Amino acid sequence: MSVRIQTDDFDVSREMLALRQKNPKVGAVASFVGVVRDLNDGEDISTLELEHYPGMTERSLELIVTEARARWDIYDALIIHRVGVLQPLDQIVLVIVTSAHRGESFKACEFLMDYLKTRAPFWKKEQTSSGERWVEARASDAEAAERWAKAQSK
Amino acid sequence: MEIKVFFFAKLREVFEIGHEVIVITDSENKVSDVLNVLRQRGDVWRRELDENKSFRIAVNQEMVSDDVFLNEADEVAFFPPVTGG
Repeated sequence: MSVRIQTDDFDVSREMLALRQKNPKVGAVASFVGVVRDLNDGEDISTLELEHYPGMTERSLELIVTEARARWDIYDALIIHRVGVLQPLDQIVLVIVTSAHRGESFKACEFLMDYLKTRAPFWKKEQTSSGERWVEARASDAEAAERWAKAQSK
Repeated sequence: MEIKVFFFAKLREVFEIGHEVIVITDSENKVSDVLNVLRQRGDVWRRELDENKSFRIAVNQEMVSDDVFLNEADEVAFFPPVTGG
């Protein structure tokens, strides 16, 4: 398991290879990359600044990975999240999961992103043509995370 | 007792402070007691930490509700709903 918070960009291919190369039992690798868009809520975005809560961020992401491991039979997981000032087209977040078969990797990868978006202490501030603004949390993100809580209680 | 208090994102900006030490009495030892101290400052403090506002609370880097008990030197953080990813 690995969690990294960094200002630098990441190389998806390199990270994917590093996560699976020592384990010949891996038959599936699922990944997700989040990218900065140039438009949000009808406004042009020039830059995006990411703030986080050092310490709690790493801890909450490690807890989320532990929860994914308890739910699905996965071999490994990696989360890289960037902080600092980013521009449209920049990569923000990377999640990679390895498993024997695709089902577990797909599900765990989506779960990790849904939980990251609602539980990990990151905040985005956008610079738009009409000034700066803090991004508001979306109800759809909370609902996406809630699905997994319901899935477990069944 | 002394409690370390942190503010992040919009709250940090509006309060113009990232962290401070708040002193509460040993009998007032819940997160809600720290909140009361902050709200009594009025103005932006009362507005942003109003019960109807959807801010989040973490104690020792874990999200909690405001009825959690505190111990000396605990770390309490207040911040808006998270927006990473």
